[in-house]
Amino acid sequence: MTDTILDERKDQIHRTGEGALDMACNRESLAGAVSQRACVFCGSRVVLYPIADALHLVHGPIGCAVYTWDIRGALSSGPELHRSSFSTDLQEMDVIFGGEKKLEAALDELIDRHSPKAAFVYSTCIVGIIGDDLEAVCRKMTEKKGIPVLPVQSEGFKGSKREGYLAACKAMFKLVGTEDTSDISPLSVNILGDFNLAGEIWIIREYFRKMGVEVVANITGDGRVKDIGRSHGAALNLVQCSGATLDLAKMIEEEYGKPYMRVSYLGIEDMADSLYQVADFFKDVDPDIVKRTEELVRDELSKLMPELAVMRKDLEGKKVAMYVGGSFKAFSLLKAFRHLGMKVVMVGSQTGTPEDYAELERISDPGTILVDDANPLELSAFIKEKDVDIFVGGVKERPIAFKLGVGFCDHNHERKEALEGFVGMLNFAREIHSSAMSPVWQFAPRRAKRRKEKS
Amino acid sequence: MSSKNYTSTTNACKLCTPLGASLAFRGVEGAIPFLHGSQGCATYMRRYIISHYREPVDIASSALGEKHAIYGGAANLKKGILNVMKKYEPELVGVATTCLTETIGDNVPMYLKEFHDEFGDLELPEIVEVSTPSYNGTHTDGWHGAVRSLVEQLCTEKAEYDGSVNILPNMVSCEDVRHLRDICDRFGLKSTILPDISDTLDGPALEDYVKIPSGGTPIESIKKMSGAAATIEFGRCLPGATGGTSLQKAFNVPNHRIGLPIGLRETDNFFDKLEAISGIDTPVSYERERGRLIDAYVDGHKYVFGKRAVVYGEEDLVTGLCSFLAEIGVDVILAGTGAKNRGLGKAIKDVTKGVARNEPEIHEGVDFHDIAERAGELQPDLLIGHSKGYKYAKAWNIPLIRIGFPVHDRFGGQRILHLGYKGALSLFDQIVNAVLEKKQADSQIGYGYM
Ligand code: SF4
Ligand code: SF4
Repeated sequence: MTDTILDERKDQIHRTGEGALDMACNRESLAGAVSQRACVFCGSRVVLYPIADALHLVHGPIGCAVYTWDIRGALSSGPELHRSSFSTDLQEMDVIFGGEKKLEAALDELIDRHSPKAAFVYSTCIVGIIGDDLEAVCRKMTEKKGIPVLPVQSEGFKGSKREGYLAACKAMFKLVGTEDTSDISPLSVNILGDFNLAGEIWIIREYFRKMGVEVVANITGDGRVKDIGRSHGAALNLVQCSGATLDLAKMIEEEYGKPYMRVSYLGIEDMADSLYQVADFFKDVDPDIVKRTEELVRDELSKLMPELAVMRKDLEGKKVAMYVGGSFKAFSLLKAFRHLGMKVVMVGSQTGTPEDYAELERISDPGTILVDDANPLELSAFIKEKDVDIFVGGVKERPIAFKLGVGFCDHNHERKEALEGFVGMLNFAREIHSSAMSPVWQFAPRRAKRRKEKS
Repeated sequence: MSSKNYTSTTNACKLCTPLGASLAFRGVEGAIPFLHGSQGCATYMRRYIISHYREPVDIASSALGEKHAIYGGAANLKKGILNVMKKYEPELVGVATTCLTETIGDNVPMYLKEFHDEFGDLELPEIVEVSTPSYNGTHTDGWHGAVRSLVEQLCTEKAEYDGSVNILPNMVSCEDVRHLRDICDRFGLKSTILPDISDTLDGPALEDYVKIPSGGTPIESIKKMSGAAATIEFGRCLPGATGGTSLQKAFNVPNHRIGLPIGLRETDNFFDKLEAISGIDTPVSYERERGRLIDAYVDGHKYVFGKRAVVYGEEDLVTGLCSFLAEIGVDVILAGTGAKNRGLGKAIKDVTKGVARNEPEIHEGVDFHDIAERAGELQPDLLIGHSKGYKYAKAWNIPLIRIGFPVHDRFGGQRILHLGYKGALSLFDQIVNAVLEKKQADSQIGYGYM
């Protein structure tokens, strides 16, 4: 077990209850460690990807663009420009002589072809090296084409996903404040940090509609350039999850004085809490909102709870490990699993901060393994050590769990199932249930052996 | 005919070079692929490969950060290899460069030499390197480059003649490799298939998480490829220098370059070569498979004759498919690939001569935007290629026959068999059934007896 963990990574792993928490995080991934992490570009691409009426042009060689082609389940209620993969596909000559000309020509061609409302231009590693002046090209094309052409400084090697979030927020912030806000209701919010995977934002919007709250902009799921342009008119920003868009909320607060609030739409408690917090925020403007919100929550729960109870009977006592991108999501998942009677025994994150890990330590049971920037060998070792029944992660984690005969729930940007809101909790419980209870695990060698030993 | 000069690419019909190299390295026993570059590339490729094979795919990275990008990646490369050695205990580390390290001019062969000098007292794994800048080629270049590097850097001495056959199968499925191995076995031929992804990318459920999956071409076998009776390499669009040509040049191992054995005639070619090398006749069981294939061709010919197909993907796969489709009377109207200057047009002409009634439009170096623009006018009945064509098949309401890599929206991509008589038969069944299904779905009455 100890030899699975490289010395240099030991301080990125902690067991709750064993000594003081002193997690090293926010570090560069270790060479040769087979990190599950991606790059700055990945962070930017994740955040901006769902803006459906913008052109997303990846300036670089082909791979970076191709691997991000329509891999996410972010739905749009209208245009679907985000689902195509655009690239300058740099060739050797461009690398030698610079890619600015090609970038300009590509923007020219693509903007004419698709008439987007804006264009985001992502720089990749190689662009950082050959030194193309993205800003200058974008400025020029903004003038020429009459739409915002925004550079996203996302050279992959300049850090981890987190820096990518910031680069994305900086790019978006240039759109904020460009549209008229005069007709926006005083009871209004922006939904930040939700990507409308499998239509999740539509679930959340519906809750707000019932509460009488206007949603000005979805940032970025089912996003529109124009909405972002008037998002500074909303009374409140709701930042969900790990804070991929937290920086944007902060910028809006600073520049336009609009406050923000961190929320989560995952699990019963956090979903209800988030709605109550919003109601609380607006209760001076509209005292009735509290009652409407209570009714909404009560109504939803009365539908949900009986169904959960049935599944809980089966799931009681089963053990869960999770490895997620941002750790904010882990907080909610931890609570959601408690509702199912399940025990979380390992939580890992790609981009957790010291505060995140402190919070995780506070809310998790003693003996829980916390891990930052893990890799396949560590994850598989923890799965075995804790003998977990369900693993929660993304596509790269799935085969690790499956090889070991452990159920899996896909909970990242690629999922095609809505897991947010009350209805999402039900979907989530169903997915966990159907994986944990499948008879196939009996045949998986590791489990089969254990059964034999027990009998 | 061939494409315009590109300014922008929309929905590329190719992948990047190190991905192909990583896949090839995965087909060597005890090997771990290692990308010299920043972390993102390795992670993205892993994700992409995993969703096709549904297997753990560990690809290490030197995880270069900003300062390395400026001062060079030597230190991280060495440290990364040491870490991989510690954790994975590999027999071979397959190092492929990325665009980043190619651009900053990292001299990987030199770094590796230094590495050997510095750490020579440790028990070092074999280290094979390949240069794979993506701004200069596609994933198939990465694949062929890695295979060639494996041969040139491991097989450095003349091994004793052992009458075996080397097979360089090109980018085919795990099931294809298993089939090839069976065929050689039944010919009584000892074979070295390089790479052999049949187990490493399609392994069993396990009791434990193995660091490196078992299977793959043994390193010892690679070292002995110089003693083989002959090499057969599949591909009519291969680069000039390959693993096969290297063996021929350095050790006089005759190299037979033939097309991917897809369909009757190209498979016949392959069996002819095996007969010649082994000196025995094709085993009866394959004669029967061949007979069944022709029988099926006859039984099903009316359903597919004159159907118009668009085929896209890896250059050699496209060539093989065109050969097969010509045989069954399907008109390929457009053949497209993201690769360039590989002689796709000539290759297709060669394999369809005397059989095809038309010549398809050939598009090299294209993306899906171009394929779609043209194919939209041509109004095909069938789309044949990997999953990425789905969007277009849906828009045109025609069947997509999924083949090749990646298959992201169906199950079992790694088990699609398309080589040999048996592979052709399953392809044929699939195409006929797709046509029937479409006919049924489009019919108002919905015949239950077709
Ligand atoms: S930088 Fe090059 S190697 Fe890396 S993903 Fe992009 S194209 Fe592939
Ligand atoms: S080249 Fe850079 S930006 Fe592109 S995937 Fe690799 S690390 Fe990310």
